[in-house]
Amino acid sequence: MGNYFHSVELNADKCCGCTNCLKRCPTEAIRVHGGKARILPERCIDCGECIRICPHHAKSAYSTKIEEIGNFKYTVAIPAPALFGQFNGLDNIDFVLTGLKKIGFDHVFEVSRAAELVSEATRRLIKEDKLKKPIISSACPSVVKLIKIRFPELCDNVLNLLAPIEVAAKIARREAMEETGLPTEDIGIFFITPCPAKVTEIHSPNYAEKSEVDGAIAISKIFPELAHAMDHLEEVEPIAQSGLLGIGWATSGGEAAAMLGDKYLAADGIENVIRVLEELEDEHIRDVDFIELNACSGGCVGGVLTVENPYVAQARIHNLRKYLPVSLNHIDEGKSLDDMMWTEELTFDADIFRLDEDIIRAMEMMSQMEEIHKGLPGLDCGSCGAPTCRAMAEDIVRGKAKETDCIHKLKAKIQSVYDQLKNTI
Amino acid sequence: MSNAIHLHYEVSGEDFTRAGEASGLVKKTLKKLGYNSDAIRRVAIAMYEAEINMVIHAEGGYCDVDIYPDRVEILLADKGPGIPDVEKAMQEGYSTAPDNVRTLGFGAGMGLPNIKKYTDDMRIETTLGVGTNVYLTVIVNS
Repeated sequence: MGNYFHSVELNADKCCGCTNCLKRCPTEAIRVHGGKARILPERCIDCGECIRICPHHAKSAYSTKIEEIGNFKYTVAIPAPALFGQFNGLDNIDFVLTGLKKIGFDHVFEVSRAAELVSEATRRLIKEDKLKKPIISSACPSVVKLIKIRFPELCDNVLNLLAPIEVAAKIARREAMEETGLPTEDIGIFFITPCPAKVTEIHSPNYAEKSEVDGAIAISKIFPELAHAMDHLEEVEPIAQSGLLGIGWATSGGEAAAMLGDKYLAADGIENVIRVLEELEDEHIRDVDFIELNACSGGCVGGVLTVENPYVAQARIHNLRKYLPVSLNHIDEGKSLDDMMWTEELTFDADIFRLDEDIIRAMEMMSQMEEIHKGLPGLDCGSCGAPTCRAMAEDIVRGKAKETDCIHKLKAKIQSVYDQLKNTI
Repeated sequence: MSNAIHLHYEVSGEDFTRAGEASGLVKKTLKKLGYNSDAIRRVAIAMYEAEINMVIHAEGGYCDVDIYPDRVEILLADKGPGIPDVEKAMQEGYSTAPDNVRTLGFGAGMGLPNIKKYTDDMRIETTLGVGTNVYLTVIVNS
């Protein structure tokens, strides 16, 4: 199994070995062993649900420290549109963009601008009939990873256009190099991120060998300093160049609406996303051309690294979009879309969930699993460290757990030993 | 028979919203076993359609699924009214589904034709007033 980078981290000191994250993880990627939660790296999709649920705050997400911008001669912040939903009473995003410059960035380029380009490119590809329908958005990295490990039949439906963050980074870098004459390595592009999945994605992208983004700073990390800077601005620079379509990407349904068609569907929240993918795979969902899926409830404003309630942020985004032009960023007619396309193919990772490469061996293991499962109490209590009795049976067959890890089994065993001893006395 | 995994599901005819559960579980099992994805998709769709049929027309029944390394065999058995004219039922667009089911998007008359399309073998045994057995086979090309 390859090396997996993950931004979701465990602080072992704070972890008390409870079952909250274990039960919540949508890909059953957590086990509790020796009283501490462990993430199975090959199964984790970085959705951040475990961070959200942990009552002890033992789970956190790695993200870039603000000081790291000092490592570059010229830096550009590329904020996710979700950032604009974090501030009370904001009616002009230039306050946020100028604030970012005040805390140390040389330049700012809104990811929502690139979102408008991605939407336009998608519409063009649909018009030219170059995409397999229904097209599944590739903007949420958790969803892409989920498809990669669980939905082999849907890999070809994933939109092979770069996500707005990557397009924004490319343009920002090119403009910065032209502006300053500096070589590429002196220019630092920093994404202001609402979620850990984006942090992971820029470290090990699916779509290219290397990301154009140098770091991802959590919204929650930058928020206090940024809010303070925004309160003390002498003047507000006119930087913003996003229309309402781009800003709309911050919330669920925004990307789909930017398709300007009516045969689309948008689902948010990881459980809903999984349900939609299952139904898509079984061809129960028909007559839909475009499918937007967001792992977080409410869309990117629901990211685990944001500070504001997602629905409050959603309402603010809605207000911010009022009176904005539809779209301010366009692709020149006739211009090739090549530099916006994925350079790697999305291939299914068959090894993650299957029991064995050899089907005969897998069937034997499945039969053993069924036998073991019958003997387990079926409470799905999680006390053994696996999320369900079925997952436990699978872990036993894979050699990663033993039956007496089940406290109910262990209790019965102790009882029988006790009974035997009692009879011999 | 060795090397077979046998699964059995009761399909309730009382709760329409639970139709499709058995085919979902079979799909999950096949994925764990590492079957090729095209075969899994065909099994899932064919079995789903047959399961829905059983709920709409026959108030439920049971499914027996036998998984072999090279094929999946499914029996869907019900004690419903039986199919009066199988040939007609196999025609695309022919349906006897009631209106309340049609409002949910079912009853387009594509059930049996779809099952035939996605399976490598399909056999129907039906007796009026007694019930229907549908036998399906999907061959797995590894």
